[in-house]
Amino acid sequence: MDKMSHVITHCIEQLPGLVNGNPQLVWRGRFLNTTFLMKIDSRPYYVTIKEGRIEDIQSGPALLRSWSFAVKASTQAWLKHWETFPEPGWHDIFSMAKTGQASIEGDLHPLMANLRYVKEVLAAPRAMIGG
Amino acid sequence: MQTKNAAEIEPIVGRYIHLQLGGRDNRVYYEESVLAENTGIPFVCLHTAGADGRQFRHLMTDGDITRNFRVIAFDLPWHGKSLPPIGYHEEEYRLTTEGYVEAITAFCRGLGLERPVVMGCSMGGRVVLELALHHSEELRAVIGLEASDYQEPWYDTEWLHRPDVHGGEVCSALISGLVAPQSPDEYRWETLWGYLSSGPGVFKGDLHFYRQDSDYRDRSAQIDTDRCPMFLLTGEYDFSCTPEDTERTGRSISGSEVTIMKKLGHFPMSENPAHFRSYLLPVLRKILTMP
Repeated sequence: MDKMSHVITHCIEQLPGLVNGNPQLVWRGRFLNTTFLMKIDSRPYYVTIKEGRIEDIQSGPALLRSWSFAVKASTQAWLKHWETFPEPGWHDIFSMAKTGQASIEGDLHPLMANLRYVKEVLAAPRAMIGG
Repeated sequence: MQTKNAAEIEPIVGRYIHLQLGGRDNRVYYEESVLAENTGIPFVCLHTAGADGRQFRHLMTDGDITRNFRVIAFDLPWHGKSLPPIGYHEEEYRLTTEGYVEAITAFCRGLGLERPVVMGCSMGGRVVLELALHHSEELRAVIGLEASDYQEPWYDTEWLHRPDVHGGEVCSALISGLVAPQSPDEYRWETLWGYLSSGPGVFKGDLHFYRQDSDYRDRSAQIDTDRCPMFLLTGEYDFSCTPEDTERTGRSISGSEVTIMKKLGHFPMSENPAHFRSYLLPVLRKILTMP
């Protein structure tokens, strides 16, 4: 495993702790119950949220696994997004989507209805990586 | 008896002016700095879509600005403390170029402002192109913040006003990414509060002007900056009106001055006022030397 993949794996492992250990963040997501897909390069991670807590992250691929919405980007894009002060264009998932560096797909209602929460969950590794 | 004020009182006052817009009475709120004592050059500030004039409060308490400029910001009808017109509950709010320009010119004339500088941000930055095109004789100069003659949309505005998604929450969360990561949390969240507390459908209605009624790519070259000097300032973190959008616009308007601002996003005046002034003050000094 190369260094970047190792960092990504570590971030995903730590994500439940980063989210569930933040009471205000859990409170913001208290009405969200869903499984969304976070894709890093070709590797899917199925993130199951229950009342704002990350209940489970299943590393895929898993055949016929359903999900509500998906946020997909490359390893490099996620690592750039997780810098303490990301460079312009990498600082927001919608900026990355506008430039084609990420895609946001599927049933967007749970995403848009909980947008601050989901963006903060996806940016949570920023606290670990810094730089 | 203590004669000194017991608490800090800012040198900003607010009043209401009645403007006839689209044939209807509108009660419009505006604020201005009383530091200027009404002697400076009128400096009218236009807020972003879905927000209000509070975005410019820091300029009103900045002595280096108010020494020479009378800083005034009004809330468009439906925004901030300006009420929507009577009958609003039976219509969908949609801002048009015609309605926006009518509001700005009626406000300036209503206050008797003589050749003001007009500075607008985002959709306010777009409308200064229209003002420079068709109202240059009434203006001293225009400043477009996060301004361009066109920009690519980056989301479906249907998400902004519907019963199954909280409008304030989704508007705020969408535009939160337009604030630069370096901007202080205090001012980031003050900026976002304007969106969190905006009226239902107001942001979406403003975007009608911004997206459907103000493509200036075929007209921006006609702007005469000898008649109306133009300054365009855009933050490097603005991915809505990108630096490239502003630079393209600047290239098409001969004589316009473009500045790309480091470590700033789409709301420079409110997201990081201390940093923004380092870009604004040189522009205002230039304007002071102009006739």
